[in-house]
Amino acid sequence: MSDPFGQISQFLLDLLTGWGLEAGLAAFLLKLLGAAAMGMLALFSTFLFIWGERKLLARIQIRLGPNRAGPFGIFQTVADFAKLVTKELIVPSGADHFVFLLAPILVVMSAVAVWAVVPFAPRFIGTDINVAVLYIVAVGSIGILGIMLAGWSSNNKFALLGAFRAAAQLVSYEVPMVLTLLIPTMLAGSMGTVSIVEAQRQMPFLILAPIPALLFFISSLAENGRAPFDLLEAESEIATGFNVEYGGLMFGMFFVAEFLHAFTIGALTTTLFLGGWLGPGVDRYPILGVVYFFGKSLLVWFTIIWVRMSLPRIRIDQMLAFNWKLLTPLALAAVIVFAVADKLAPGGVLGRTLVLLAGNALLAVGTLAGLWVHARASRRAATPPVGSTAPMRVNPS
Amino acid sequence: MTAMQIVFLVIGAATLLGGVMVVVSRNLIHAALWLILSLAGVAALFVLLEAGLLAVVQVAVYIGAIAILIIFAVMLTRRVMADSGPAANPNWWAAALAALMIFAGLVVVFMQLPALGAAQAAPLAGDPEVLVEDLGRALVDVDRYVVPFEVASVLLLAALIGAVVVARPPEEPLPGEEGR
Repeated sequence: MSDPFGQISQFLLDLLTGWGLEAGLAAFLLKLLGAAAMGMLALFSTFLFIWGERKLLARIQIRLGPNRAGPFGIFQTVADFAKLVTKELIVPSGADHFVFLLAPILVVMSAVAVWAVVPFAPRFIGTDINVAVLYIVAVGSIGILGIMLAGWSSNNKFALLGAFRAAAQLVSYEVPMVLTLLIPTMLAGSMGTVSIVEAQRQMPFLILAPIPALLFFISSLAENGRAPFDLLEAESEIATGFNVEYGGLMFGMFFVAEFLHAFTIGALTTTLFLGGWLGPGVDRYPILGVVYFFGKSLLVWFTIIWVRMSLPRIRIDQMLAFNWKLLTPLALAAVIVFAVADKLAPGGVLGRTLVLLAGNALLAVGTLAGLWVHARASRRAATPPVGSTAPMRVNPS
Repeated sequence: MTAMQIVFLVIGAATLLGGVMVVVSRNLIHAALWLILSLAGVAALFVLLEAGLLAVVQVAVYIGAIAILIIFAVMLTRRVMADSGPAANPNWWAAALAALMIFAGLVVVFMQLPALGAAQAAPLAGDPEVLVEDLGRALVDVDRYVVPFEVASVLLLAALIGAVVVARPPEEPLPGEEGR
């Protein structure tokens, strides 16, 4: 039981070579099989995530949520999916046919492809490449491309507005996300996800770097396009934006990608900051790693849903100002502080933790001081001087 | 012909097809999409050469940043999206000349490669992981490439500041803009 997945793949390899296949071809076929299995796992688990999310949303709003199909309504998503599959695929007139059909595929591809580098347990990973962190960034940007193309190709003003918003938001929030991804990379000394998890054996990076973890979480939320960052599909403003013209299975693909992405954020946060599959007893029973990994990921996932239900949508100027005036400078400062602090830190876990925590405290105090100064300045600008009769300044924007 | 060669030929053909279609395509967004196909083909070639870092950087920088920027710029430009005018402008011969010269230069460089004409693919000199580490160190080594690296950083910083300056609203509204 120490390495069930290795044993399965060895068994299959022996089987294939036993049938007279060339060893290289058999290995290639196994890789294909593994990729298909991983993709299927990701897509089918989305059924559960959609159901779970709807149930949780309902609980937070004091409703029951889906409760008809199956026990606790667990088959509701299956029924919804069957409905979506049987619907006709309608391409609006004047739409760019090829691009219109390509866009949802790109979006789903980017949501599923991230799973290739997520380690679920020791030796249970799609592929352990040494540039996994960069790979996550690269694959994520393909999803942005898909959303922009969906909005553009629909031949619909609302869809195009949604695509503009998507481009502004997703491209902007990629900047702090990429910068904060540098910090686990620096702390672990590697860009491979397995090495990053192993480097957290003594101390998870959440404790060493709480502020970058928070930055990563916030910018990931924005990348997912969920409330409070759901400007790109604001129903009351632009009628769901980029996917307004999509129906049937093509809309289902956007839907699945969004819900899968929510859990992917949980999985990435777990891998990069919460120690991945590490936990007590995981070295003796590697299969426990799966339990720890999904436990931690579900916790982060729950937080995402909680935030989604609790916060209202922010305005577009607030969204951009928050990113470019707070998150990006803070992420840049965090990269500098952590590079210096990690160099200065003495050997030993305790010394390193204390030095890095001091760096975090410096960042937190600096941010709060900056916000305080900014708030005071904007308060002063808002209050007219005493005794003056000047009219209130009206700012049309 | 080995499986590797077939894969290489397919990817190379897709890359070239993408490159040609970028120039031929009349719709700007379609041209950008073909450009993405071409760039993705180059990334796949890097994977075949066991240069994982370069492949991922190719996708992240060229597809993730530059192609998205091109599409965004096209979307923001009025009337360009429905444009179906002539694909070439009067400078087409200069562009063709430049492309030919670069091609000739590349051919000359490739002819001098020692691996050319070898029957066997030359094994990679060392572990890919070590090579990537060496690349990282070379960029910050005083004896090697730290000066070009820093020059590039300063250039990027200047571009960043320039973008902020250009995007700043003017201190006084331009004539005709008061009403907004």
